[in-house]
Amino acid sequence: MPALSTAPRPTAPPRTDPPARTAPLATALRRNLTAHGFLIGAVLCFAVFSWYPMVREFLLAFQKTESGRTTWVGLDNFRTVADDPAFWQAWGNTLLYTALALLLGFAVPFVAALVINEFRHGQGYLRLLVYLPVMLPPVAAVLLFKYLYDPGYGLLNELLRFLGRPEQQWLQDPDISLLAVVIASTWMNMGGATLIYLAALQSIPGELYEAAELDGAGLLRKIWHVTIPQTRLVLSLMLLMQVIATMQVFVEPFLLTGGAGPEGSTTTVVYLIYQYAFNFNNYGAAAALGLMLLVLLAGFSAAYVKLSRAEDE
Amino acid sequence: MSTRTLISPARLARPRGRAAYRAVLVLVLVLFTLVFLGPLYWLASSGFKDAQEVIQTPPTLVPGSFEPANYGRAWEVMDLATLLLNTLYYAFGALAFQLVLDVAAAYSLSKLRPVLGKAVLGMMLATLMIPATVLVVPQYLTVLDVPIVERNLLDSPWVIWLPSVTNAFNIFLLKRFFDSIPQELLSAAALDGAGPLRILWSIVLPVSRPILGVVSIFAVVGVWKDFLWPMLTLPDPAKQTLNVGIYSLSNGVPVNVLIAALTIASLPTLLVFLVFQRNIMGGLTAGGLKG
Repeated sequence: MPALSTAPRPTAPPRTDPPARTAPLATALRRNLTAHGFLIGAVLCFAVFSWYPMVREFLLAFQKTESGRTTWVGLDNFRTVADDPAFWQAWGNTLLYTALALLLGFAVPFVAALVINEFRHGQGYLRLLVYLPVMLPPVAAVLLFKYLYDPGYGLLNELLRFLGRPEQQWLQDPDISLLAVVIASTWMNMGGATLIYLAALQSIPGELYEAAELDGAGLLRKIWHVTIPQTRLVLSLMLLMQVIATMQVFVEPFLLTGGAGPEGSTTTVVYLIYQYAFNFNNYGAAAALGLMLLVLLAGFSAAYVKLSRAEDE
Repeated sequence: MSTRTLISPARLARPRGRAAYRAVLVLVLVLFTLVFLGPLYWLASSGFKDAQEVIQTPPTLVPGSFEPANYGRAWEVMDLATLLLNTLYYAFGALAFQLVLDVAAAYSLSKLRPVLGKAVLGMMLATLMIPATVLVVPQYLTVLDVPIVERNLLDSPWVIWLPSVTNAFNIFLLKRFFDSIPQELLSAAALDGAGPLRILWSIVLPVSRPILGVVSIFAVVGVWKDFLWPMLTLPDPAKQTLNVGIYSLSNGVPVNVLIAALTIASLPTLLVFLVFQRNIMGGLTAGGLKG
């Protein structure tokens, strides 16, 4: 080891370079022991609060626990939830919620980012504004919307009156209650996505736009042929994330409409899971429903992980 | 801004272009202010209205009555001091646990590279693929009776702190950053006789300040914004977080008092955000796609 000869303190050579003196196996063992020592705290937490619950979720779905005795019941839990009249409504609502959230929650922040990015003034202010709601505690943001939606003293109906349009019963009308939930949710959450899109837009080389202009492209064609292809990876990642997040929506409908909403119009799958587990104490049925959601979302999650790896490289 | 965007600078330089730019800019500034600041103004101002005015149709934009006492009542009735302190306690406890345990784990996986380290990392990342809400039910059953130690963690701060460590995304971010620290730097320190802990403390951590900032923000904001988990695991009103406490009292208090409470609850994070906005928004995009 040439490094040793330059070491200023020759009195402690065994400590400065142990691998040369000790048996390789002992060194490897000690190195591994230290390494595992650093790892153990997090691994224990994962084991107890993540990995074990993951296994338990699978077991629960096929078990029933009655008066302290656990028995295997096969697919009974799945039949129980599928026979529930709320089952199809919850799936329908969840899919509709996801579709609406994609229309609004996906497009609105992208358009906002496109617009903000064009300005040379006030960008900092606009970014700050969009991100403000993200910093609110969700209960404050959701209850604020509950008052904005109030048919009597709510501001939204006042705005409609001002515009000369018919007032709405927002959260009490089964036809639009889900839309009302999506609007509130978009307002609360769009800040993060907008900032990420802005960062992506700012990395597009300006020459591409110049080249497109030479070819005679107008505004929309520039967006279609330059902006969208250049931000494709970020867009698809956000799309997947949005789908994964909105299919698990709980807080917004729970706080705005009490979960079920008028005629069950805002019951989502996760709310149904919550009801089975914590209102009916039927953990098996909750787990069965959870497994269905898991299977549906696993594909999206896998695609997301694969795409974000591609982005890293 | 020197980089050019969708609209060509030549076009903007023309008088008509400049006028259009100004008009659209003003329009957007007004619209964004109304949409994002408007509801917050309405929240804060409604907190000053008296009980009749707050539920009157049509609503008033400028409060006709002035009752600042609502804020005092909200503070008293909803015991906001306790809720705020609880939330701070949980958030910074979770931050401490994540900083110690997740940093140690990421350091081990990145630089010490134990046997089976790759498998452990893989299993951690696999948790990202499971939708969080699916795990809530088995996690809840687990904290009711934690295996081996056989303890019920309901209503104790551990129920927030320990599960917060299982943040595979933070570990991944940290590991990726540690990977980029040159190995020669660490080898040089090892030759000088520094042990792994010393290397972590004196070399890795000081150069990792930016990523530690990002992870810290995620950790604190995560606890601050969580609702379902604390609602399930902290049934005792004296131990609840701001989100859960306000929710559970929301039906029992007059509207103007509740609105005042919502305003107070929103203030801390808004103030922190206004002070640290650069770091928070920078960290958000640096931290990748977890908005």
